[in-house]
Amino acid sequence: MTTETIEAPAMELVRLATTGSVDDGKSTLIGRLLYDSKQIFQDQLEAIEEASRRRGTDYVDLALLTDGLRAEREQGITIDVAYRYFATPKRKFVLADTPGHIQYTRNMVTGASTADIALILVDARHGVIEQTRRHSFLASLLQVPHLVLCVNKMDLVGWDQSRYEEIVDDFRGFASRLDIHDLRFVPISALEGDNVVDESDRMPWYNGPSVLHLLEDIHIGSDRNMIDCRFPVQYVIRPHTLEHQDYRGYAGTIAAGVWKPGDEVVVLPSGFESTIASIDTADGPLETAAPPMAVTLRLADDLDIGRGDMISRRNNRPHVGQDIDAMVCWMAEGQALKPGTKLAIKHTTRWARTIVKDLQYRLDVNTLHRDEEAEQLDLNEIGRISLRTTQPLFFDEYRRNRETGSFILVDEATNNTVAAGMITGP
Amino acid sequence: MSPATYELTHLGALEAESIHIIREAVAESEHPVLLFSGGKDSAVVLHIAVKAFAPARLPFPIMHVDTGHNFPEVLEFRDRLVHELGADLIVASVQEAIDEGRVVEEKGPRASRNRLQTESLVTAIDKYQFDAVFGGARRDEEKARAKERVFSFRDEFSQWDPKNQRPELWNIFNARHQRGEHLRVFPISNWTEMDVWHYVLQEGIELPSVYFTHQRRVFERDGMLMAESPYLQPMDNEPVFEATVRFRTVGDMSCTGAFESSAASLAEIIEEVSATRVTERGASRADDRTAEAAMEDRKRQGYF
Ligand SMILES: Nc1nc2c(ncn2[C@@H]2O[C@H](COP(=O)(O)OP(=O)(O)O)[C@@H](O)[C@H]2O)c(=O)[nH]1
Repeated sequence: MTTETIEAPAMELVRLATTGSVDDGKSTLIGRLLYDSKQIFQDQLEAIEEASRRRGTDYVDLALLTDGLRAEREQGITIDVAYRYFATPKRKFVLADTPGHIQYTRNMVTGASTADIALILVDARHGVIEQTRRHSFLASLLQVPHLVLCVNKMDLVGWDQSRYEEIVDDFRGFASRLDIHDLRFVPISALEGDNVVDESDRMPWYNGPSVLHLLEDIHIGSDRNMIDCRFPVQYVIRPHTLEHQDYRGYAGTIAAGVWKPGDEVVVLPSGFESTIASIDTADGPLETAAPPMAVTLRLADDLDIGRGDMISRRNNRPHVGQDIDAMVCWMAEGQALKPGTKLAIKHTTRWARTIVKDLQYRLDVNTLHRDEEAEQLDLNEIGRISLRTTQPLFFDEYRRNRETGSFILVDEATNNTVAAGMITGP
Repeated sequence: MSPATYELTHLGALEAESIHIIREAVAESEHPVLLFSGGKDSAVVLHIAVKAFAPARLPFPIMHVDTGHNFPEVLEFRDRLVHELGADLIVASVQEAIDEGRVVEEKGPRASRNRLQTESLVTAIDKYQFDAVFGGARRDEEKARAKERVFSFRDEFSQWDPKNQRPELWNIFNARHQRGEHLRVFPISNWTEMDVWHYVLQEGIELPSVYFTHQRRVFERDGMLMAESPYLQPMDNEPVFEATVRFRTVGDMSCTGAFESSAASLAEIIEEVSATRVTERGASRADDRTAEAAMEDRKRQGYF
């Protein structure tokens, strides 16, 4: 072997969610992002050329690149979240491609749950429609920190500035009612590639970046909660070997806050206090640690701590309680959520059982109207509920902390995940 | 200190995510096991699993589904690694399944044992009652995989139902299952081929020698260079010649293609992979080229 002279590059990992209603051009946009950033291989290209020919399309349909499973290929629609990957020298992108179809709410909630940036498409001819509003609401509900509205098919409106501005104004008006922290707009033609990777010269009135350049530059480093120290214990490491006879470490992923050896901590639910003796990793101890690092904490005192416990700071604790108010998205087919429904709940690394005490309202995701008369939530419906759990959970408001503010509900008979929840408060 | 100080590189973030997944699966299952093929992806998963539980030993066994048609270099690598880690190795043998008549070997010059692996895998899962099975599959490999969950539920027949997958949100994973059912867990779902190579470089992970350039007797079939071996013989119109080759993936000798390369180091491999315009599967998996939906069909039946 020759000597290794190169090093692995240091890129930043960024998670995206894309959505739009059918035919807005989402697949074409993604296909182009992959194609123009050279993520498409010859054999994949040949496969879609062949498929395009079979379907009688007269150009290579880049949208086919993102078409997944057999059933979907047969129906010619995408029906589940699919993940794609592309990279630039600065960033590696994980893209959750969520179809704007029947199951859109469940899929979009899934894709948006981890996203740093949401890309929403609209067709310049149609402007902001009901589905645009729905997608934007879901992005804000899931607290995606950055939202980019791509006004597509600008070629079909003659690259018209006033049409673009009309759409931007319309959207801003609607977005002001939502909880959106950072909102951007780009006029594009996914089909012809304008403002997708390279800046277009056909819209000289637009001086902003292309979609790809925007994705490369949006600052995501400060989106995580670096203040409220939260460490859900995931696994207790006890080697039982001669070399590490007395080792007892609490392994987990840092949910929030910046941690240092010597920090005074409190363990929940016991309330025991101690200090951090060291923050271990397989590569050696750390001086500081922050989300989303996976580490192993050792404490100065021998305490009885197990999976599902929460390590936090004495002066900054999460809520501790069995009563929780939350927004939930119901995801089960043929089954409804109602007051009295009993389910399992998983929050951070803790499982408990829970009963739905109250359905306060069902939210119409198109109009944001609250229906307080609603008696149940069906598939893809969103509402605000009150839960009572069998054991205390250690939680924060979702707005403040996506990690300790989120949970899933699981049907105890089928073990299926039936809902996603975002905590609004105790 | 500015927040920027705490930012992880993409490899750091991917590793952290993988460690989280592995710990979660182990905490929520009774009998976890790691599938190990000797290839780079399973070597990476194993490396991360070891890191996830350090300084304790790996808390689960390693299982190799052995087609009996392995590269000798890969078996040697497997045994050495297992020995160094002090890990338990389970070998699920396809040869045994053939001998016991549980499966029938394909015939003809294109016969491969790749498909037969499913039976041995499923039988071993039943026998040892494994309920969390780690695999090294990545979503960028193939279209059907792009939609598969990280914790992928399998019924008592080990079947995957792509239409009925559990929603998977945030980093909260649902590993609940009934007795007899299990989860396939894919810790490096979000890694690309390039991420894997960069990580191998960063961590100094050892790989079987067949990944690096060497001299080998090969013949050409379907545009790929197949290694001449007791398990795969050329047909009359397939002359055997010696070439300077390496492999891009490592699998059954009868269906893994080599290609001409003089890449002798990780640096050279990375350079080669960045320049290449063909996917790994397209380049080296004879079995996947048969049908566009080949992978999805096999996965439904319980394949990796
Ligand atoms: N003229 C024009 N057509 C487009 C553009 N983007 C997409 N299309 C076409 O719109 C149709 C739907 O696009 P597709 O990407 O499949 O939409 P999806 O349903 O959102 O994924 C296809 O016929 C595309 O070729 C664009 O920028 N300009």
